[in-house]
Amino acid sequence: MMEIKILKLTGSFAENKDIARDIRLTKIIPALDANDSVILDFNGIDGATQSFVHALISDIIRKYGIDVLDKISFKNCNETVKKIIGIVVDYMQES
Amino acid sequence: MEIYLPNSAFLGNIDPFLKKIDFSDGTKLNITANKKWISIHPVVLCMVAALGLNVNPNNITCEKLEAKSRHYLQRMGLFNFLNIKADKEIVEHEPAGRFVPLTRITNSSELTRFITDIIPLLHLDSQHADSIKYVVSELVRNVIEHADAEHGAVVSAQYYKKSNTIRIGIVDTGVGIKRTIDNAYPTKTHLEAIRLALTPGITGTTRRIGGTEYNAGAGLFFIKSIAKINREFFMIYSGNAIYKLLKGKQELKHIALYGDPFNDRHSGGEDYPYWKGTAVGVDISLSKTEEFSILLDMIRDTYIKTIKERKKEKYKSPRFI
Repeated sequence: MMEIKILKLTGSFAENKDIARDIRLTKIIPALDANDSVILDFNGIDGATQSFVHALISDIIRKYGIDVLDKISFKNCNETVKKIIGIVVDYMQES
Repeated sequence: MEIYLPNSAFLGNIDPFLKKIDFSDGTKLNITANKKWISIHPVVLCMVAALGLNVNPNNITCEKLEAKSRHYLQRMGLFNFLNIKADKEIVEHEPAGRFVPLTRITNSSELTRFITDIIPLLHLDSQHADSIKYVVSELVRNVIEHADAEHGAVVSAQYYKKSNTIRIGIVDTGVGIKRTIDNAYPTKTHLEAIRLALTPGITGTTRRIGGTEYNAGAGLFFIKSIAKINREFFMIYSGNAIYKLLKGKQELKHIALYGDPFNDRHSGGEDYPYWKGTAVGVDISLSKTEEFSILLDMIRDTYIKTIKERKKEKYKSPRFI
């Protein structure tokens, strides 16, 4: 199981899409391809933009299918971050 | 180019200022101002600064201003920004002023630094910081990613005590919204392009619902929604068109969000002087700011509903013969 601490990579406001893409390409996808599970730890993150979360997970949902969420957990999210992640997951299922 | 700074130009009364701008002869910029005093929205300041960045500083003239106006423009960093000299030393009268002077942002790391810096400059608590950081991040990122603007984004913000409001301006002199949207949705007019850009799920990068791996077409809809839920102004100006979300009525308890921005109470049109690029102004009230997470619930519902409707438009119908 791979645990990724977002705070270390983004600071307390997760908005940099370039960093989100890097996390996806260099950490999440290789772990999933190795049949590993991933924990995205948002401890210390006060807020995130929809753009950040989109760049982090939308392509994974599109490529692997929605069941990929069985292998990805979102840890220590505050209410705002939970909702932003929820919005992205919802609209990706509608697309 | 000729630009006149009136004594008052905020999002509610900005039209006369905009209609007076003369963009002819892009090699020169002449700035004049109301003789007595000026009080202007940061977006106005950003527009002046952004125009100035495209002109040789030797060709920028600024008429002698009265003390108060000169002080304000100096404090917001206009003269430094344009590389022209103010005619007198300025004494700081308001050391505790809550403002973010004109700043140019050209890449992602500058944006990340800027977002960290603005919260203490505006003396914001965490409840209000979320909305402000969100708005600035999404708008500036749009410029960095889509505007192809040589000078990046010009940003400024200020707190206004009387209205307890943070006013933000984000301006570029890039390709404008129409050119960006036209990549995926060819449009006939700038206003049509702005309308699409504000619609959830529409991005200039693809026609695919859900967007690309990098863009979902949600940013501007989120920002318009933040302004609407807080019953504040939001203005977007690109090409010859303006869309201005009008201030909501305080007495209305229920606020409806719409996927189509034309369903919101708005003004604007397509008879403005041609702004090459995009100028966005937004006001965020600190008195009325809804809890950001509550606001997200409302945005989510409208966003998903609009995506569903768009998806349904693509459904094939049975052919009965």
